[in-house]
Amino acid sequence: MAAIGTYAKQGWIRRQLRTPGGDTGSAVARSGKFPVWRWAILLIAGVYFLLPLYAALRFAGIHAFGSVFTTPGFGSSLWTSIQISAMTWIITMALMVPTTIYVHLRLPRLRALLESITILPIVIPPIVLTVGVLQVFPIQLKATMWLLGIEYVILAMPFAYRAIDAGLRSIDLKTLTEASSNLGAGWLTTIWRVILPNLGTSLLSATVLIVALCLGEFTMASLNLVQTFPVWIVLFDQENAQISVSASILALVVTWLFLMLIVTIGTRRARRTGAGEVTLFTVTANTTTIGES
Amino acid sequence: MATNEAAATTSAAATDVAAAAAVVAATTGADAREGTSVSLRDLTRVFGATKALDGMSLDIAPGELVALLGPSGCGKTTALRIVAGFETATTGEVLVDGNDVQGVPAAKRDMGMVFQSYSLFPNMSALDNVGFGLRMRKASPTVRRKKAGELLEMVGLSAQAGQFPHQLSGGQQQRVALARALAIEPRVLLLDEPLSALDAKVRLQLREQIRTLQQRLGTTTLFVTHDQEEALSMADRVGVMRAGKLEQVAAPDEVYDNPATAFVAEFVGTMNRIPGDLGSGGETVTVLGTTVPVQSGGPTSGAVNALIRPENLTIGAAENGNGIVFLRTFLGATSRITVLLSGDLQVLVDIPSTTAAAMVPGASVAVGIPSAAVHVVPAAG
Amino acid sequence: MADTTELVTAPGSQTGPGAGRISRRPARLPKPLQAVVRLAGIVPFAAYIIIGLFIPLIAVLIGAFQNASTGAWTFSNIDAATHGAYLHGFEQSLELSLIASVLPAVFGLLVAYAIFTAKRGKVLRQMVITASGVFANFGGVPLAFLFIASLSSTALVTGWLNDIHLNIYSDGFTLFNLVGVAVVYMYFQIPLMVLIILPALEGLRPAWREAAENLGARSWSYWRHVGWPVLMPSFLSCLMLLFGSALSAYATAEALTGGTIPLTSIQIGTLINGNVVAGQANVGKALGLGMVVIIAILMTLYVVLQRRAAKWLR
Repeated sequence: MAAIGTYAKQGWIRRQLRTPGGDTGSAVARSGKFPVWRWAILLIAGVYFLLPLYAALRFAGIHAFGSVFTTPGFGSSLWTSIQISAMTWIITMALMVPTTIYVHLRLPRLRALLESITILPIVIPPIVLTVGVLQVFPIQLKATMWLLGIEYVILAMPFAYRAIDAGLRSIDLKTLTEASSNLGAGWLTTIWRVILPNLGTSLLSATVLIVALCLGEFTMASLNLVQTFPVWIVLFDQENAQISVSASILALVVTWLFLMLIVTIGTRRARRTGAGEVTLFTVTANTTTIGES
Repeated sequence: MATNEAAATTSAAATDVAAAAAVVAATTGADAREGTSVSLRDLTRVFGATKALDGMSLDIAPGELVALLGPSGCGKTTALRIVAGFETATTGEVLVDGNDVQGVPAAKRDMGMVFQSYSLFPNMSALDNVGFGLRMRKASPTVRRKKAGELLEMVGLSAQAGQFPHQLSGGQQQRVALARALAIEPRVLLLDEPLSALDAKVRLQLREQIRTLQQRLGTTTLFVTHDQEEALSMADRVGVMRAGKLEQVAAPDEVYDNPATAFVAEFVGTMNRIPGDLGSGGETVTVLGTTVPVQSGGPTSGAVNALIRPENLTIGAAENGNGIVFLRTFLGATSRITVLLSGDLQVLVDIPSTTAAAMVPGASVAVGIPSAAVHVVPAAG
Repeated sequence: MADTTELVTAPGSQTGPGAGRISRRPARLPKPLQAVVRLAGIVPFAAYIIIGLFIPLIAVLIGAFQNASTGAWTFSNIDAATHGAYLHGFEQSLELSLIASVLPAVFGLLVAYAIFTAKRGKVLRQMVITASGVFANFGGVPLAFLFIASLSSTALVTGWLNDIHLNIYSDGFTLFNLVGVAVVYMYFQIPLMVLIILPALEGLRPAWREAAENLGARSWSYWRHVGWPVLMPSFLSCLMLLFGSALSAYATAEALTGGTIPLTSIQIGTLINGNVVAGQANVGKALGLGMVVIIAILMTLYVVLQRRAAKWLR
């Protein structure tokens, strides 16, 4: 084994890593090569994602943005989408929050099953689901936004479940519930005053994903003949492509800003309560429950 | 489960360690391992506005185990990580056998490190984990397996060689981590609070094992901990740190009996704070009616408290003594008597349990101090 | 364990504000009945799932075996679905999904790793994560249009590339074949990958990296022996998900190709919209059945892989 002195004698000096301003100390961050590679990747990604947006912007022209808001159908379709979002959100929260809490507390063995079930809506092609839905549901509901609201709950379920589940796991639900109960609180009080406030960040994540879903879902809405915002964008494209494109870009940017806002507020709140960073959970999250009982 | 493995290892470990360590020591003797000296010279580490290390200097002799002891945030882990190469000092140098290693990357420093917890590679068995360092040094699979097997035997885990980290208990994982660090026959062994995450009984077992192994192999070791019992029982010398500085580096008994500063006096072991009156010039202090010299370094005027250890206080039943027994706590060989003195003052006195019979709550006692010099600290307002 | 839960949560034993009074446990029901009562709590959820998800699904699966007009059991739908244009559709869909899952999986991993090493809460990290959340849901005509506006033969970016003598169209590129569609798919597949691989990356402990370094491993060795093996199950399971996502995509493909490339999802859409040859109405359901079978296989693999990953990334 070479003596360390040999390195000094041979003049082996790695780049002196006395980075001013301190470093995180992590081995990864120290290596000089790494940051370059990181920025290269992000640059390529940035180009890939932003260039088409730019091209579309150029096509649409700035003036198109102004006229978006006054175009017929914009307001009504957006309003439809917002209503559907609200409906989906209410049902999803009312359904998933109590169920997840309940399963965590009293049916821990079903957690693995629940997790697998909540993956289904992601992997079953919406198109297939739509076929079934159109066949099964009564005629009165078809082509109304109520059906969409009901079905969007199914589509939103994976994200909502995962966000809530992760939130519950991070707060040691069982101990909190027992402490609350021991101090005399009934069930409703416990949920309202103890559990929900501590779930703030995950509820926020879930909300964000629900909204993004409702404002972007096209397949089911169009096949169900409901004019939601995404559907309107497509239909209008045939009339005036520029306005349509402006509308989509607008929707994209607004959703993104909305998301950033929610996440920033959420993170600040979370820092105060020590709940940790708000992250967007989609599918995998911590799956330590799979395979265990 | 912890107790089972503890019981299993106690018997196995004692003989295994001695035998196996002798084998390893013999085979490494050919490498002319007389031991490596490590020197930290004036290390400073600044993070933005905070100074994690403030001019810390330490010389570690070959084969010595030095424990860095201190509260969290005192810089002990930072110092260790600088020696390991995971962090860089802002100023100062680290010398290994007289050579500056600051430019040498961590992977080439030939030091074995044991982390606090969960540092075993989860995708490898215990045997593969231990053999990893050897694999990095291009040892052949046969050599790797043999050496790793020897080391696992040394820590008493031969039976678990094929198991994966998630199948091992915390104590077992740390033993594998230790074996892994030692497999590369490092010049220096670095331990970053390796026992903190373990439960009490396992901790005691591992303390012995680590110390025995280290002594047999003669590896220079730097051990970081916040547990003073650990430091005192394991180390050749203890370095007590606070706020980035070393307050005292001395043998455990020295640190305990002759603390250099008030901080060391209170951090290590239990200390009583008893009000006293300083004599003229602050050279003497009168405590509980006895006048004794004052250790230098403290305040020389104003209201002060004297620092005296519970086992150094004398106590005896007395009709009109200066105190009343408040509580008697049985600690096994010793009993700790809590005495109420005048002025709402509580002191702790340790005496052998055999003589504690008379110390019942409410009994009148006389508490006295020895004639040795004492540290004084300013009395809080 | 069951006992404590019983005491704490048994219905009717609310202690309310009069704390300190331990309520009597209600008379114990026989064991099987206890289990039923406990299961009662998830009835709302179960009902919703059954009505909203399983029944439609079953309707499709059953319909696949039924003659559209008479309702009689038949294999003719399945037969039609696995031959000719529809078989070709499956092949194309699988091929497309392969391209549109492997490439974004790799690139998404790289992007995720690039931002993951930034300090927590940093603006860059937040921005990329939220952007991923938005783009993962972006698709259909708007997305198609974005790319038509940039990469069609007369579009902006194509023009730029021509200026630097990179004539992609003379090299056979087009947005309207499998490769082109795959390129467009990456727009939502990459963000999806970033979102789902991040938790796995966070499971890679820095202590492993440092321990490896301490034992003499440089970056490459670490990734080869520890990092990648530990990450792989998660990576593969995310790959499964991306594959399923690409397979199910409808709106984007429809908008881009308008049916010129046979893809299963589009074929189903066409059949729903009623532009069908008589007697073939239920072929759509048979196609749906086919997709579900493929996805079921994927999901089993996914679960198995996740189990593996969970063991290590504790």
